[in-house]
Amino acid sequence: MSGSFTDEQIRRYSRQIILPDVGGIGQRKLLGSRVLIIGAGGLGSSAIAYLAAAGVGTLGIIDSDIVEISNLQRQIIHGGNIGLAKSISAESFVRRLNSDVDVVAYQACFSAENARTIVREYDFVIDGSDNFPTHYLINDACVLEKKPCSHGSILRYEGYATTSIPERGPCYRCIFKKIPPPGLIPSCQEAGVFGVLPGIIGTIQASEALKFVLGTGQTLTGRLLCFNALDMTFFEASARKRLDCSICGEYPRIVSIEPENYLEEGRKECRLDPRA
Amino acid sequence: MTLELDLRGEVCPYTFVKTKLKMEEMAGGEELTILLDDTEATANVSRSLKSEGHDIVDLKSISRGVWQITAKKAGFQTPRKERDE
Repeated sequence: MSGSFTDEQIRRYSRQIILPDVGGIGQRKLLGSRVLIIGAGGLGSSAIAYLAAAGVGTLGIIDSDIVEISNLQRQIIHGGNIGLAKSISAESFVRRLNSDVDVVAYQACFSAENARTIVREYDFVIDGSDNFPTHYLINDACVLEKKPCSHGSILRYEGYATTSIPERGPCYRCIFKKIPPPGLIPSCQEAGVFGVLPGIIGTIQASEALKFVLGTGQTLTGRLLCFNALDMTFFEASARKRLDCSICGEYPRIVSIEPENYLEEGRKECRLDPRA
Repeated sequence: MTLELDLRGEVCPYTFVKTKLKMEEMAGGEELTILLDDTEATANVSRSLKSEGHDIVDLKSISRGVWQITAKKAGFQTPRKERDE
């Protein structure tokens, strides 16, 4: 009677099927879509939870870390899973929440070697990584594979999000030209993070993915949305595509992913066991 | 041809969700007859259909506690060429 939806799906997605820009047509688009979440940490947790709840049909989740007790203050999908790989923990969370969603869990580091091959399989990418080399690697893989990506970053009480849609607006490198020198920007581990912050920014990234798949609304393309949780303020900076961008400009210097471009001094190699 | 949707026994918001899904499968100008047995749902479905731009052709009680809505899907019924003639 109602196309290909089961009665359970009609009930599960009723509040969003009812929305003017979704309907059954939009819900089918979501169920047929594939979103990759790089990092199942703070940003990834909230993005994964809402994308799974909305019925995004396939979620790729890549993370090489193990759940630790210090993660649980903000990484809300990993409860009860200390010691388990985050990708596997995230997969079990999704399965409990919504059996319509297929999870492809990669218990691996998102690296120069696998970046393009993985990104290629998805319609939209969420950058939930926590270090600069990976932000640039994700950007470069997405630009080269022409995949849209929502970038997010958080520190202490502040965070930002922006979305890059290849050939339609600036990429991450257009906005942040160079990797800051090591040590200039402290990591969350050193500086701390207000637990709700990744929840807010990760949810913004998830809404970007949903709108892109649905083909509705305005994404953060060409806009950097900044949030301060202490002042409870949002502000927006506009960003343009740079003609001299090293990857998406007129004469790009970066035409392939070369591992040596994504090294960070002092950063240990990606590892599976944090206690090693 | 008028299509039918029997939503007796169904409650809000599923009454409208199912109506909306059915309307999506129809062509502009086609009519749908919906049966409902809840006053609130009848009012809500009627209002929601209007807010999505469809026409309510008829709304009546056909027996005690049962309402029938006839709605016409928004969009052209006949090709533009014929209308202009």
